[in-house]
Amino acid sequence: MTIPVTPQAMSLANARRFGPVIAGAALIALPLVHRDPYHLHIMILILIWSFAYTSWSMMGRFGLVSLGHGGFMGVGAYVTALLWNHLGIWPWLGIPLALVCAGALAVVVGYPCFRFRITGHYFVLVTLALSGIVLQVITAGRDWTGGSLGYTPERTKGSTLLALQFDDKIIWYMIALGVWAAGLLLWRWVDRSMDRYALEAISEDEDAAAAAGVNVTWEKLKITVISALMTAFAGALYCQYQMFISPDTVSGIAVSLQMVFAAIVGGLYVALGPTVGAVITILLGEILRIGFGTRAVGWDNLIYGVLLVLFIIFLPKGILGSALARFRSRKT
Amino acid sequence: MQAFLDIFDIYLLETVINGILFGGVLALLALGLNLIFGVIDVTWICYAELVMIGMYGMYYLVSIYGVPYWAAAPMCILLVAGMGALLHFLVIAPLLSSPPINQLLATGGVLFFLQSFATVAFGIEFHNLGIQLPVLRAGEMNFSYARLLSFGAALIGMVAVYIFMKRTYTGTAIRAIAQDRQIMALMGVDTRKIYLITSALGGALAGLAACLLVLLYDVHPFIGLSIGPITFLVCVLGGLGNFIGGFVAAFVFAEIISLGGMFADLEWGYVLAFGFFILMMFIRPAGLLARRR
Repeated sequence: MTIPVTPQAMSLANARRFGPVIAGAALIALPLVHRDPYHLHIMILILIWSFAYTSWSMMGRFGLVSLGHGGFMGVGAYVTALLWNHLGIWPWLGIPLALVCAGALAVVVGYPCFRFRITGHYFVLVTLALSGIVLQVITAGRDWTGGSLGYTPERTKGSTLLALQFDDKIIWYMIALGVWAAGLLLWRWVDRSMDRYALEAISEDEDAAAAAGVNVTWEKLKITVISALMTAFAGALYCQYQMFISPDTVSGIAVSLQMVFAAIVGGLYVALGPTVGAVITILLGEILRIGFGTRAVGWDNLIYGVLLVLFIIFLPKGILGSALARFRSRKT
Repeated sequence: MQAFLDIFDIYLLETVINGILFGGVLALLALGLNLIFGVIDVTWICYAELVMIGMYGMYYLVSIYGVPYWAAAPMCILLVAGMGALLHFLVIAPLLSSPPINQLLATGGVLFFLQSFATVAFGIEFHNLGIQLPVLRAGEMNFSYARLLSFGAALIGMVAVYIFMKRTYTGTAIRAIAQDRQIMALMGVDTRKIYLITSALGGALAGLAACLLVLLYDVHPFIGLSIGPITFLVCVLGGLGNFIGGFVAAFVFAEIISLGGMFADLEWGYVLAFGFFILMMFIRPAGLLARRR
């Protein structure tokens, strides 16, 4: 049976092919046209956090709900900054080292979890312990890390390129854009791989997947390590951009829950869902902050909390996921 | 040298006993969470936030409105019990048929909500009751009456729950549902009612814990983040839904924190406890007292 090619289908195929290219070109051109530093700052934050939320969803979409990603992010940010301040190691080397630490942490926690079939509630609570540990270690090591007061990487006296410290927001915008796009490409790569089908089978029924010849432990470990590495990278990037990190902004349970919230609101199962979540959460926070000033302290989280509950009850696929599902069902 | 050792031993004993006293409150917290999990199969991530609200309730009743402590405590327990029932009715009941992870994350939303509600409504200042209980001296050791009182009350609370579960019809129904969810509905037990009662009971235990914790710690909107994780870990270490396991794990945990805190900062006690937890997950993934499969 041949499918008749309608002009509409043609334009849809074209949109699929050229859409990302056009959108990418527009995003690259944006800072050259619009140079307002505040807007650029918001855009950079959105891109970095989008990348972090995307990395959480990489495993979250397969039912591997982790509350330990705050821990991975904290490791990424703090290891990079500590290596730079105490040993003078360039972030170009420090970030890979931080990623190695985060990856090792993911293996140490993940492997036994998957080997011993720790799933569901148990997995969530074990990973919760992980972010708790990272937070407590950062706080307890206050002689080196500054404790809960936060930590600032030292300004470089030499090359800004080697130290990865730029004052120009446009450079940061381009870096964040590139990283974010790379995150989406990684998502696409996983989406098109055999691993995706294996992981979907695992999330449906682990025993059945194992019986069908899927190496459950290995598949889960692989996606967990990828996700942890990406999250740690987001933490390091955030640290280099903001030049200030504190345990509350890059580690701990609150950050983990923030990732969950943004991913679920945007849509866990679609590539751009976490990005939509980041746009919504960051814009909401900024609007409240500008509109109400210091009186707004706490209100953004109040709204997040209510929204999270409402979304899980009424719109578990998230905004973008539900919109796409409706669009598809109308087409057929 | 001998004198040094004597002092050291006294400190050690004092730390061990303080650990046991702390363990009583932890066990009470774990019991409430285990009850909810065992019966409804839901983890309330926001459990510690209910405790936080209860602590604020105590603070306002006792310090602001001048209600005596013994009268304020039952009011607070009722308040948090009501909140537990409300939480079940509004958030958990609509999600009963969706994946368990969704229920857990929805209570995560409630965590955000309660925490920021406390920030907005009560401010971020630290508050305490201003009740200074005397200190008990036994030999060269000091124990605060607040700890002794909370330990005793926690034990009484746990015994009361035990008797309720063993001796009353509702308690029997709750235990039966924990064993088999489907059959009990056929046996003519109204599951929805039992779920609601269980949630209220879990809330009441959180309320009791709040009345006791407010004697030991200052209350602030983020106190849930410091007692919450430890409660979950105790429950998982004991095996979610396993009451006796949770009881044992609470004391093991309290001792680790207490002893670790004696040799270094209190945070390192927590780090040690968390590390021990992850280690135990690999050795005994189904809980301390679970049989090996």
